[in-house]
Amino acid sequence: MTTEVLPNVTSSTDQVLPPEYSLNEPEPEHCPGPESEMAGKADACQGCSNKDICESLPKGPDPDIPLITENLAGIKHKILVLSGKGGVGKSTFTTMLSWALSADEDLQVGAMDLDICGPSLPHMLGCTAEVVHESNSGWTPVYVADNLAAMSIQFMLPEDDSAVIWRGSKKNLLIKKFLKDVDWDYLDYLVVDTPPGTSDEHISINKYMQESGIDGALIVTTPQEVALLDVRKEIDFCKKAGINILGLVENMSGFVCPNCKGESQIFKATTGGGEALCKELDINFLGSVPLDPRIGKCSDFGESFLDAYPESPASLAVLNVVESLRDAVGDI
Amino acid sequence: MSGEFGEEEQIEEQEGPAPSLAQIKHIILILSGKGGVGKSSVTTQAALTLCNMGYKVGVLDIDLTGPSLPRMFGLENRSIYQAAEGWLPVPVETNGVGSLSVISLGFLLGDRGNSVVWRGPKKTAMIKQFIKDVAWGQLDYLLIDTPPGTSDEHISIAEQLRFSEPDGAIVVTTPQSVATADVKKELNFCKKVALHILGVVENMSGFICPHCEECTNIFSSGGGLKLAEEFNVPYLGNVPIDPKFVELIENQTTADESLVESYGKSTLCPIFKDIMDKVLAQNRPARC
Repeated sequence: MTTEVLPNVTSSTDQVLPPEYSLNEPEPEHCPGPESEMAGKADACQGCSNKDICESLPKGPDPDIPLITENLAGIKHKILVLSGKGGVGKSTFTTMLSWALSADEDLQVGAMDLDICGPSLPHMLGCTAEVVHESNSGWTPVYVADNLAAMSIQFMLPEDDSAVIWRGSKKNLLIKKFLKDVDWDYLDYLVVDTPPGTSDEHISINKYMQESGIDGALIVTTPQEVALLDVRKEIDFCKKAGINILGLVENMSGFVCPNCKGESQIFKATTGGGEALCKELDINFLGSVPLDPRIGKCSDFGESFLDAYPESPASLAVLNVVESLRDAVGDI
Repeated sequence: MSGEFGEEEQIEEQEGPAPSLAQIKHIILILSGKGGVGKSSVTTQAALTLCNMGYKVGVLDIDLTGPSLPRMFGLENRSIYQAAEGWLPVPVETNGVGSLSVISLGFLLGDRGNSVVWRGPKKTAMIKQFIKDVAWGQLDYLLIDTPPGTSDEHISIAEQLRFSEPDGAIVVTTPQSVATADVKKELNFCKKVALHILGVVENMSGFICPHCEECTNIFSSGGGLKLAEEFNVPYLGNVPIDPKFVELIENQTTADESLVESYGKSTLCPIFKDIMDKVLAQNRPARC
């Protein structure tokens, strides 16, 4: 039996929730984190009015991590789609990657949307109207196809355009639930779409999934230096956090005018684009995907661009990237 | 969103307007729920346009993990200096028309490739410091560039400006519905924190082929206008994709004239003048 997860139900008792606590004031600047081992003992805790609350919270390794590891045990490959910059095509790429992989009927694929404030994945997969159901094995993800499951906060919002005004600590709780309580079952691939930046979502997903093992990250960029600048930061983050980089793909590189077939560089690679960055930082360059206005249209209607326009140079480029990516995780 | 994860975050009440903002006449935020729609480009162009009109302009970048403004204004490798009255914003050369100065986390990083891996509380503390400790001096306009989303940075800036009576927000979108879906969330955020919406700008609205002048709607078109009508807020106009702007930005360090001047001569300038005229025509009361 399944029941719909409504946003208004209060937490049921059978769910293991992180310790409930409320702080008297926002965490100070050098706060070690209320759930860390140093909670209540660090320098920043002296004089903080939350000191007693933090000190009394359970310490030690996060008891949820083994549960997450157990829940993700049936997933073979886990890939993060990252970029420091917004709007470079992380969600588009996650979508195309999911579709390309699930085109093989023997593969089970999952797509998880970590962008809590701006979820785009359901829109692009064409499943915004779906809701998440709860059963005794956990939250059942939304099935876009028989072998393609998706999970996003969008499925739980009361209105399509409700704003999710949450600070990082609350986003972390939801990310934990996505990993611990979603019934992913057996998957060949779990593709994780992330928001731009290097903050709570990125630190948390790495922390929560480290034990179960992340195959690595696919970095998406656009050719211009303003984007590369932020992408460098993301690569720096991956190195600091010990996340393996599977490769980098350059999106929106070059545009062919449908009228005169003349080519132009909309986002000009003044510093050599993604390929030069890869050389500089010794990263695997997976290829460039040209800008095709039909990609945007397909995303808007939640259709698979690869199915609709298999002859487009962009489709061919994406499939090449998917191939190299499968190679990089040792699947082929 | 309510329920299991509780209600929305509480907006912390502030005691009164920040003294550091006392001599600033107008404060405008640039927002968007979606990343990469051109918030920083719009902020840059709005600043250059206001500066060309002769105003004193300050720009604050609260995108802490992906600061783009130092590069936009050709100020990479510059630093913020501390003076008796507070942090001194980095000035942009304007050749005597108006004035322009910038504060961004990018100025505090040793190497441009360094990442800032911060959770919420640290971001909140940084924004508080940017609001309290910067010696802007007298300004006609302070433009605040934000990261995408409705999270720590946005809650923090709303808290900090609670009693500072900002003019409102310019909301940037691109035309496709995947983008406007996120931007709707941002508009609802503005309503929730009682931030006035000055209007919607549709960026990347069409690309004019340099070979044949044919305009292609790469990210479709009309989404911004529809959004403005749906939420009953002013529509400020649409800005086409113009690779010349990127060139202008990238070549500014080697060009003979300042960015303010070269922008004044570019084809984008009249488009933005039109947009800013619509904002100024709303005659929001000056703060001082």
